[in-house]
Amino acid sequence: MKKNNLNIHNLITYGIVVAAFLFVSILVWTGNASRHLQAMLVPIGLNIILAVSLNLIVGFLGELTLGHAGFMSVGAYAGCLFAIKYAEILPTAVRFPLAMIIGGLVACVFGIIIGVPVLRLKGDYLAIVTLAFGEIIRSIIINLEFTGGASGLKGTPQNSNFYIVFVVIMITLVVITNLVNSRAGRAICSIRDNRIAAESLGINITYYKLLAFVIAAFFAGVAGVIYGHNLSILQASVFDYNRSIEILVIVVLGGMGSIRGSVIAAVIITALPEMLRSLADYRMLIYAVVLIAMMLLNGSQKFDKYKGRMNIGGLFTLLKNKKSAKEAG
Amino acid sequence: MALLEIKNLGISFGGLHAVDNFNASVEKGCLYGLIGPNGAGKTTVFNMVTGVYKPTCGTIHLDGKNLTGKNSIQINKQGIARTFQNIRLFSNMSVLDNVKLGLQNQIKYSVAQGIFHSRSYKRKEKEMDEKAISILKVFGLENEYNYLASNLPYGKQRKLEIARALATTPKLLLLDEPAAGMNPNETGELMDTIRFVRDEFDMTILLIEHDMKLVAGICERISVLNFGTELASGKTEQVLNDPRVITAYLGE
Repeated sequence: MKKNNLNIHNLITYGIVVAAFLFVSILVWTGNASRHLQAMLVPIGLNIILAVSLNLIVGFLGELTLGHAGFMSVGAYAGCLFAIKYAEILPTAVRFPLAMIIGGLVACVFGIIIGVPVLRLKGDYLAIVTLAFGEIIRSIIINLEFTGGASGLKGTPQNSNFYIVFVVIMITLVVITNLVNSRAGRAICSIRDNRIAAESLGINITYYKLLAFVIAAFFAGVAGVIYGHNLSILQASVFDYNRSIEILVIVVLGGMGSIRGSVIAAVIITALPEMLRSLADYRMLIYAVVLIAMMLLNGSQKFDKYKGRMNIGGLFTLLKNKKSAKEAG
Repeated sequence: MALLEIKNLGISFGGLHAVDNFNASVEKGCLYGLIGPNGAGKTTVFNMVTGVYKPTCGTIHLDGKNLTGKNSIQINKQGIARTFQNIRLFSNMSVLDNVKLGLQNQIKYSVAQGIFHSRSYKRKEKEMDEKAISILKVFGLENEYNYLASNLPYGKQRKLEIARALATTPKLLLLDEPAAGMNPNETGELMDTIRFVRDEFDMTILLIEHDMKLVAGICERISVLNFGTELASGKTEQVLNDPRVITAYLGE
C-alpha cells in the first residue's frame, strides 16, 4: 500500500520532467523557441542537478553546507582538463561521458578529503567550514598554471546540449530517489531526525554522513563538467559562494527533503531573472521580492491548506463532493 | 554468570561524582528495576551502560564480554538496546520506517543494490516489512504503520520506541521511565506488554521507573540509587520495605 504510493509519487516527478523535456524539444524542433530560451535550457538543467544533489545533504541528512559550488568547480576543471587533452584522440561520444565520470569522481575524492575531518562538526560550524572550503578551492584554481589561472581555461570542446543534460537529470533523479527509499537512505534520514537514537540502534553515523556527502559531491562534479562544456571559457570566479547560496536557495524554496520541489524551484529561480530582463533596473528588486513572498507563503498554514485543495487529488474530491451534493439536492 | 555485570561503576563531571561505586548483576530473563529520587544518577547509569558516557571507573560486562568504554554503536551490536526518558523517535518518518531502522543491522544489502533497486533489494525490503509488521503487531501498532511517528498519541509513541529497540534483537533491553506521562490504564497495559516481551522474546529487562505500582508489580529485583550511590538492592519486597529506602525515597 505504502510502497505503491511512494512509487506513484516518484513516477509523477519523473513524468513532470519528461513532459517538460518533450514540450521544450517540440518548441525547439518546430523553431518556436527563441535563442534566449535555448540558451537558458542548460543552466536550468544544471541547477536541477545541483539542487537535487544538495537536497540529499540539506534536506535528507539535515546538515547545512555552503560548499556545493566548490565541488562543482573541482569536477569542472578535472573533466575539462581531461577533455582538452583528449579532444583529438577520443570521439565525443566516448570523451564527454568519460569526462563527466572523471569530474564526478574527482569531486567525490574531494568530498572524502573534506568530509572526514569536517563531518564531526554540526550545523553552523559545518556551514562555515564548507564555505571556507569553496573559497580555498577557488583561490587555488586561480593561482595555478595548468588551470589557466585568473584568465580562465580555454579550449574545452562545446559538447553540452539540452539532451545530454536531460539524461543526466534523469539519472540524478533516479539515483537520489532510489537511494532515499533504500536502507542507506533511511539511515541518512534517521540522522536528521535524531542522531542519538540512530546511534543507539547501532547505525554508523559517520559512514552514512560521508556517503551522503560523497554522492552529492559526485553529481555536483558532473554538473560542473557539463557547465565547462557549455561555455568557451571556464573561469573559477563563477564558483564563488554566491553560486553555493543560489543552490541552497533553490533547495530551501522547493522544500527541504522534497525532490520534486527542488526541480520546480530550480526552473523558477533560474528562469526568473532572465524573464524579468525587460524590466531593466527593477529586475533584481522584483526577483528579491518574489523570493521573500515565496518564503513567507511556504511557511504559512493558510497557504498550505489552499495548496492542498488546489492539487490534482484535491480537484477530484472537490468534483466528487459537488456531484454528490447535486444528487442529494 | 549473570548476563549483565556492573562493578564499581563511577563517573564524575568535574568535581561532581554523579555516580559512585555502583554494582549490579542482572540474571538472564530477569526484570530488574532501578529506582531513586530525581537526580540520583539513574539515567547516568543507563548512559554509561549504553556508551553515551564513558565511565571514569569500574567495568561493565555483558555475557562475559567487556563493554567498558565502547561507543553506542558497538554496544548496540553487542546486544544492548534502549529507550529514552524523553522520547526520541524519528518523528518525520513513518512508524514502519522507525522499526525498519531497528532492523538495519539484521537485514543488509549494499548501497549499490539500494540505488539500482535490484532483486535482492526487493526481497530484503519485503523481508524487513514483514518482520517490522510482526513486531508492531506485538504492540498493537500494525494498523498505524503508515502514520508519521510524531502523529501517534503519546502512549503509542512509547510503545513504538520499545518496538524499535526490540527490532535490533538485543539480549538486554533498557527502558528509561517507560510509564512516564501515562494514565493508570495505559500503565496497566504497559505492564502486560513488558511481561509479554520478556516471555515472548526471552528478554532481560532493566528499567528505570518512578511509578511504584509498576515497579512493585513487575520487577523481581531492584536497586535504589540516592545521590549517586547505591542505597539498597535485592528482592523487590525486601527493598521496598527497607526503612532507609522509605526515608530517602518512598516517604512514610
